[in-house]
Amino acid sequence: MRYGAVDVLHGVDLTARRGEVLALLGPNGAGKTTTIEILEGFRMRSAGEVRVLGVDPGRGDERWRARMGVVLQSWRDHGKWRVRDLLTHLGAFYAPYGTDRIRRPWPVDDLLDAVGLTAQAEQRVARLSGGQRRRLDVAVGIVGRPELLFLDEPTVGFDPAARREFHELVHRLADLDETTILLTTHDLDEAEKLADRILILAGGRIVADGSPDELSRRVAGDAEIRWTRDGERFVHSAADATGFVRDLLRQYGDEVQELEVRRASLEDAYMALVYEEESGVRTGRADRVWQQGSDR
Amino acid sequence: MNPTMAAVRAGLRRGVIELRNTFSNGQDLWNYFFPTAALLVTMFFMRGSTVPGTSFSLGARTLPSALGMGLAFGGMLVLASQLVMEREDGTLLRAKATPNGMLGYLIGKITLMSTVALVSMLLQLVPALFFLDGLQITSASAWFTLLWVAVLGLVATLPMGAVLGSLIENPRNLGLIMLPNMGLIALSGIFYPINGYPGWLQAVAQVFPIYWLGLGMRSALLPDSMAAVELGGSWRHLETLGVLAAWAVLGLLLAPVVLRRMARRESGSRVAARRERAMQRVG
Repeated sequence: MRYGAVDVLHGVDLTARRGEVLALLGPNGAGKTTTIEILEGFRMRSAGEVRVLGVDPGRGDERWRARMGVVLQSWRDHGKWRVRDLLTHLGAFYAPYGTDRIRRPWPVDDLLDAVGLTAQAEQRVARLSGGQRRRLDVAVGIVGRPELLFLDEPTVGFDPAARREFHELVHRLADLDETTILLTTHDLDEAEKLADRILILAGGRIVADGSPDELSRRVAGDAEIRWTRDGERFVHSAADATGFVRDLLRQYGDEVQELEVRRASLEDAYMALVYEEESGVRTGRADRVWQQGSDR
Repeated sequence: MNPTMAAVRAGLRRGVIELRNTFSNGQDLWNYFFPTAALLVTMFFMRGSTVPGTSFSLGARTLPSALGMGLAFGGMLVLASQLVMEREDGTLLRAKATPNGMLGYLIGKITLMSTVALVSMLLQLVPALFFLDGLQITSASAWFTLLWVAVLGLVATLPMGAVLGSLIENPRNLGLIMLPNMGLIALSGIFYPINGYPGWLQAVAQVFPIYWLGLGMRSALLPDSMAAVELGGSWRHLETLGVLAAWAVLGLLLAPVVLRRMARRESGSRVAARRERAMQRVG
């Protein structure tokens, strides 16, 4: 993919299985939006091969369009509409595309319940709060019971309760309806909770690909252990944290206080990978990730 | 059900819902009623003056002309500005993300715009009948002419509105099409006959649909004797039909191409970029 003479994406290679939740992470300008827009069929690619639901998105027809749902970042549309009217209206376009296996559209009352907007059904869209508006966007994205759902930073502006409800909804879509979900987010915690697999995009390339657990494990085999003894603080890094703690306790017993073991988090992995990609410096930590990533 | 039929039905339904929404929104109602009220007041004060060379009320002559102008305005400028606004807020992208959504969107818009245009016409016509004399509204032929001019006028102006709305990216630039249209209204003999204008100005006015919509409406509602003060001394129905039909054909040929090109370029990042710009305008 190219803007003018600058290639913004190169060699982005990704495959998603049915029912899989994929999170696309990366700093601003890494190419997340470009990637997702190519997959949605909203933007033409300059080179390469893309298949979404078995179809080239550059040539996707309405039947193809009916099988996917799109939740974008900045929608302020349909402000004068009532929530129920909007969902009923948009759902009607999907009715002819229902199959025996997938009944389309999603009945509006069930849908309102699923996204937690039952109380707002008769409210005008412009009067919804930020979080409610976002949930409506999600409802619109899934009203056609998509087989593939794109979520672009879905929980921006959510309070913690709304965020948790949203996460439950995503799990339900992926587990019960076998919806394949591709989401972008800046929230690493969210990616860790939702995604089966995380892709980190930096500088237009995929720099890491794996489950949240795998990614954080790969960055540093070393865990950080902190404790106090006689009022003095200690910090130690060890590959085998459990073994180290066992020895520590055997040696000092009750003197060890405030013991803390901290594994490398997804955030550490992310920071290491993105830093290396952006600065061009290989610290070795991420190198290991990348190596193991390609060995998979 | 066949997907296209489903989209057509959803589009009609969309038009009805938008009508309901717009008629229950104070700001929108103000936008519809204020120009109507202003025009009615103007005509009220013009009712005593006469069309030059006749004893006919200038106010009564202005009413049908204003109806024609309203159609051209509603068809072209209101549709164009709605397209620009709804591209900015993401409505069009939403339609694009829905199967056959663009078809439904357009049918909804056409339903909405034509109904609003016709309702606005009635809003002006009915109160004006109470204080203006000399209008012919009892004959069937008057209503027949009114109807075909109105329908053809909408077919001539709506697609052009869609073309203009697709070409303008920034709502700020809407003024660029407002201004020439205001000038065109002055040229088109809406408020005063243009017999006294130089020939080339008359020629310019007669290229555009506003003049012909005004003329067509006058031919429907004014007594035949008033044709004498028109250019050429006749209602020129054939020419009206010809010019409006030419605009309709041009619009219907251009609109799908331009709309498709515009729709193809819509994406989330473009909407986001416009939103950013809109924020800067406000802030």
